[in-house]
Amino acid sequence: MEPTPSSLFLLGASHHTAPLAVREKLALDDARAATLAARLQQTPGLSEFALLNTCNRVELYGVAHGPEPLAALRAAFAETTGCAPADLDGVMNLRQNHDVVAHLFSVAAGLDSQIVGETEILGQVKTAYDHALARHWTGPVLNRVFQKTFQAAKHVRTHTAIGEGQISIASIAVDLAGKIFGDLAPVNILVVGAGDIGLKTVQAFQSRGAKTITVASRTLSKAEEAAAAAGGWAASLAELPDILATADIVACSTAAPGFVLTEEIVATAMKRRAARPLFLIDLALPRDIDPAAATLANVFLYNLDDLAEIAEDNLAQREAEVARCRAILAQRTAALWPQLAQRLNTP
Amino acid sequence: MSSLPTDRALLWLGALLYLAGFLAGLLALARRSPAPALRAVLNSLLVAGWIAQMAGLYMRGLATGGCPLGNTFELVQFVAWSAMVLYFFVGTAFRVSLLGLFAAGYAAALALVSLLIPAWDAVHGQKIFGPNPWIELHAALAVFSYGVFGLLALTSVMTLLQNWSLKHKRLHGLFWFLPSVVQLDQINTRMLTLGVLLLTFSLGVGAVWWLRDTASVNLPKLVITVGVWAVYLSVLLLRWRARLVSVRFAWVCLVMFILALLSLGPVNASRPAHQITLTPDER
Repeated sequence: MEPTPSSLFLLGASHHTAPLAVREKLALDDARAATLAARLQQTPGLSEFALLNTCNRVELYGVAHGPEPLAALRAAFAETTGCAPADLDGVMNLRQNHDVVAHLFSVAAGLDSQIVGETEILGQVKTAYDHALARHWTGPVLNRVFQKTFQAAKHVRTHTAIGEGQISIASIAVDLAGKIFGDLAPVNILVVGAGDIGLKTVQAFQSRGAKTITVASRTLSKAEEAAAAAGGWAASLAELPDILATADIVACSTAAPGFVLTEEIVATAMKRRAARPLFLIDLALPRDIDPAAATLANVFLYNLDDLAEIAEDNLAQREAEVARCRAILAQRTAALWPQLAQRLNTP
Repeated sequence: MSSLPTDRALLWLGALLYLAGFLAGLLALARRSPAPALRAVLNSLLVAGWIAQMAGLYMRGLATGGCPLGNTFELVQFVAWSAMVLYFFVGTAFRVSLLGLFAAGYAAALALVSLLIPAWDAVHGQKIFGPNPWIELHAALAVFSYGVFGLLALTSVMTLLQNWSLKHKRLHGLFWFLPSVVQLDQINTRMLTLGVLLLTFSLGVGAVWWLRDTASVNLPKLVITVGVWAVYLSVLLLRWRARLVSVRFAWVCLVMFILALLSLGPVNASRPAHQITLTPDER
């Protein structure tokens, strides 16, 4: 009697195959993930597995002997998630062998993500593998696949522009500040307006080492509240001309109908700090900062449109790199697959 | 000893290695090679080029019996060599992104242009130093300060590019790798201070000897040299007082260096010249 052929498989759903409502049902919390894992361990013919469970995908990678385990796995998914098997058929994809390697490489490199090139997914894949490895769910085939996946993802990130350029407004602002000031630790940040967007921008700056924060608002009590949340100082708008002379980065996000920072105010402040650049970020609509201020020497003004345009450019640049990344990953998949096929067919 | 390379052959080798460093840097940048790999290749080529250039200048120094600053060719070669010395210090101390690439292009351009204009090396000035080592120090420091101003011109170009990219929101490609505005400004100020200090010391030494023999230096050289020093000193004072900053400061540093470089020819031509045979095989 011939031995049952083994296969590397992937069974799962992602934002490419399932709408948000279905993904919500498929999402596995810790308890459900543990239940599913327990089922999988008892599934006959399933020798290795690892579960990748993120907000955008639930994917089971494994090694199966023959076709029977795959049908059992669908049933296990349906039972654990409470979805009808018929509903799962439309959204859950099954890939096998070479395609699985190609897909995992693509996922880990961020090519399959909703935001192309994002880096969080690589950490999630690593966590999923570490979790499976620690519980002895993986074996020689999956260990090899995941280790090669991390190498491939690192190579692609290092040798292509897939991860370059920020795509969130706050991160872009922080990167721009780095281009102007270098080290952000000694930089003075002034937030004008106690709104949410300004404070989120402050958090992004703080994550890169910024320490001195001042929040100015029309209402001092609101400024004090926001300053307390941000760990900074509060000021009223009346103090703006004076504070501006010592600020390096100014993020404006008030609801004022006119300019809060006119060219004249900025020019006056620059006379007192001509040698030091001033980075103005206008996050408000209508705008808070007079565009004419951008013409002043050593003043760098970016508004929401400018930041959004950079985000779009960065995203387009990442997407333009996808084909190059796929070519690199295809080469690596082609090199790896014969070794895996040999392992799969070794009794 | 005919198998030994001549001074010009070594200077050609140095120039070509600088050029190779520049091209390798550009290629690595286009291919998005990792920064450590780029630095390793670039710096290896630059060090090799600098050693070859120094060997060539040393051979000329042996032939003329002093510092090789006898004609425009040697002056320009020395300026390129000085800039590279400074890059090795500044680049290491500040880890200035892309400065190596710019320095390689700059040194290659200076060295190649000087090699490709035979007239600059056709005649050789009188041995300017005679037996007096102080005058030799004066001249060497003066030309070295031009090397500092040369590197300052390079970092000024980087400042202008960085400012333009940030003002016009063009942040892709080469622009993304430029150092920050603040870092460039700090480097520019320090370079200018160093250059002015060196030139001041050099002119101070020269002035002491000039006072003993006022006929030893002709008027055009005196006016041009003191003029260059006075303008650079003024620029430094204006920068310290924050009256000349940002783009204007960078433009002034760039234009001043071009003028200072152009003044080397007239300054050198004002010295009596005579023919010294250095490397007959090469000419």
